[in-house]
Amino acid sequence: MGNKISNIIIYLLLAVCGLFMIIPFIWMISTSLMTQSEFNKNDAIFIPKEQYHVWEKDGIERKVILVQEKGASSVIHVLDENDLISPDFPEYQSVPSSEIRLVTKKPSFHIENFARAFKKVPFATYFANTLYVSFLTLIGVFFTSIFAAYAFARMEFKGKDFLFYLFLSMMMVPEPIYLISSYMLLDKLGWLDTYNALIIPWCVNIFTIFLFRQHFKSLPQELFDAASIDGCSTFGMLWRIILPLSKPIIATASIFSLIGSWNSFMWPLVMTDRPELRVLQVGLSYFNQEASTQTTLLMAASTFSILPILILFFFAQKQIIASYAKAGLKD
Amino acid sequence: MKTKKKITPYMYILPALFLLVLFRLIPILMSFGISFFDFKVTGLGEFIGLVNYRTMFGDAEFWQSMLNTFWLVLFVVPASIVLPLIFAVLLNQITWLKGFFRTIYFMPFVTSLVAVSIVWKIIFSEQAGLANTFLQWVGIEPQLWLAEPKGIFTLLFGAMGITLPAWMGGPSLALFSIIIMTIWKGLGYNTIIYLAGLQNISKVYYEAAEIDGAGKTRQFFGITLPLVSPTTFYVLLMTTIVSFQAFAQVYLMTDKGGPLGTTKLIVYYIYETGFDDLNMGYASAVALVLFVIVLGLTIFQRRMEKHVNY
Repeated sequence: MGNKISNIIIYLLLAVCGLFMIIPFIWMISTSLMTQSEFNKNDAIFIPKEQYHVWEKDGIERKVILVQEKGASSVIHVLDENDLISPDFPEYQSVPSSEIRLVTKKPSFHIENFARAFKKVPFATYFANTLYVSFLTLIGVFFTSIFAAYAFARMEFKGKDFLFYLFLSMMMVPEPIYLISSYMLLDKLGWLDTYNALIIPWCVNIFTIFLFRQHFKSLPQELFDAASIDGCSTFGMLWRIILPLSKPIIATASIFSLIGSWNSFMWPLVMTDRPELRVLQVGLSYFNQEASTQTTLLMAASTFSILPILILFFFAQKQIIASYAKAGLKD
Repeated sequence: MKTKKKITPYMYILPALFLLVLFRLIPILMSFGISFFDFKVTGLGEFIGLVNYRTMFGDAEFWQSMLNTFWLVLFVVPASIVLPLIFAVLLNQITWLKGFFRTIYFMPFVTSLVAVSIVWKIIFSEQAGLANTFLQWVGIEPQLWLAEPKGIFTLLFGAMGITLPAWMGGPSLALFSIIIMTIWKGLGYNTIIYLAGLQNISKVYYEAAEIDGAGKTRQFFGITLPLVSPTTFYVLLMTTIVSFQAFAQVYLMTDKGGPLGTTKLIVYYIYETGFDDLNMGYASAVALVLFVIVLGLTIFQRRMEKHVNY
């Protein structure tokens, strides 16, 4: 009996905390489907419900804000298609109350918010840029990491310890510390405002090197001895023996690298300026400044930028969580 | 053949080493150098020795952003240790829906900081934000959140009719809003790390404790807490280092570290002095202070780790 009660309490606690964790996402999605006036009124918090006044005149219905109703006449602002006060009509216009009508739609999902956000900002370009940068970085990371990890894990050479500690010590240095000097360096290289600036400096990932090294070290020595007797070259061993046995670790490293590139913000914000080069996160941050009052469009844009990672996460959540747990505990 | 063998390992390391030296080691060393220079709008000015560092010590904005950062770390780090440990212990007790809860807790961690900063900015908006709606439900008057420069202790005690002296005000409510969001973002990761840590504790200890008649609370403080301490150390260090680097939240949720500079964190200050004021020498000097702090914490952790590992 006592066990049952404590179980209920555990589930209750977990559910309350779970709500705290997930509500921002639910609210983001539901807000992204509302009209702006509906959001501002704040009476349908999670289920988009639309309620607005229309002004019917000469057979044309126009969406309006009802400022005041004084008996037979009403004071209104006429809205344009973006739910902003239309410049084509005078503000605080007085019209007969009989021409004003309240409309309620529930639930109403305004998927067109996404289209409107897309119309304002070239998110497709940002999306393509992000994919391009993420994938090229991934290829670069694999190229440098697999070779370096192989040498660290399976070869003996002079200065190995020194090089190993050099790599290790660089891993602990936070990005903001070399941000300014990197900016000056990329300026000298003529790389500012190019894809090079976004990709090449991130083609070395020390964490991935350690991840691979750990795995390569764990492979049994007999495999290598046998291959060596068969006359397999150093590179042949890597290509034919190690890599086929490394699929899970390659998947893990890909996930870390892709999530990292997808979400990286400060570096592309500083290193690029041209709108054509903007990655999704930077584009989103500019949209945040430009459209700060258009909450629903901002939410639509945020939803759109989170979606690819969330989909990836839901399909591979077990592996992703296990990877993070393992990587965190490794040292 | 012999010489070829000798250089092979270096050839394998070369691509990684080349990029590491060019894009990590050299910029880090450059940071030191740059911090001794004056900057004009046109670029690098003249060598001015320690002037940047001297300016920094007299710079009220620098000290304010330091103080803000310390407040953030002071709130975020304990919460990011205690809450995930509780979550992990609770999750460890159940089997049904375990994966579901784990997924939900972890979701904020994988999503982009930019997008969730925008979402939380709107949650904390005065007009129709979710935070004020919630306060309304529980019968508390709406707050200004990200626009509130008053300290949280001032507000709390003010609500009880006690006026606190200014220096006891604590972090502004605006900064506290950022603190809440930062905790939310990182909880899932630490929970997962703790879950993995808990799985490494042998069941034998708990069985023995059960036989000795130790209750759940006793077991938690007597077995779980000490045996999970290596994980706690890892979580402590990582969370502290990451918290010191908070930037995107400030950039996206506030108006340039406002209101009244109460949300200006150290990395934002580096960004602002470096890229808005184009005083890169001064920004590098501030960045080096951050470097020294992070380095000190890392060394401290490595030293302490030897004493707590069981």
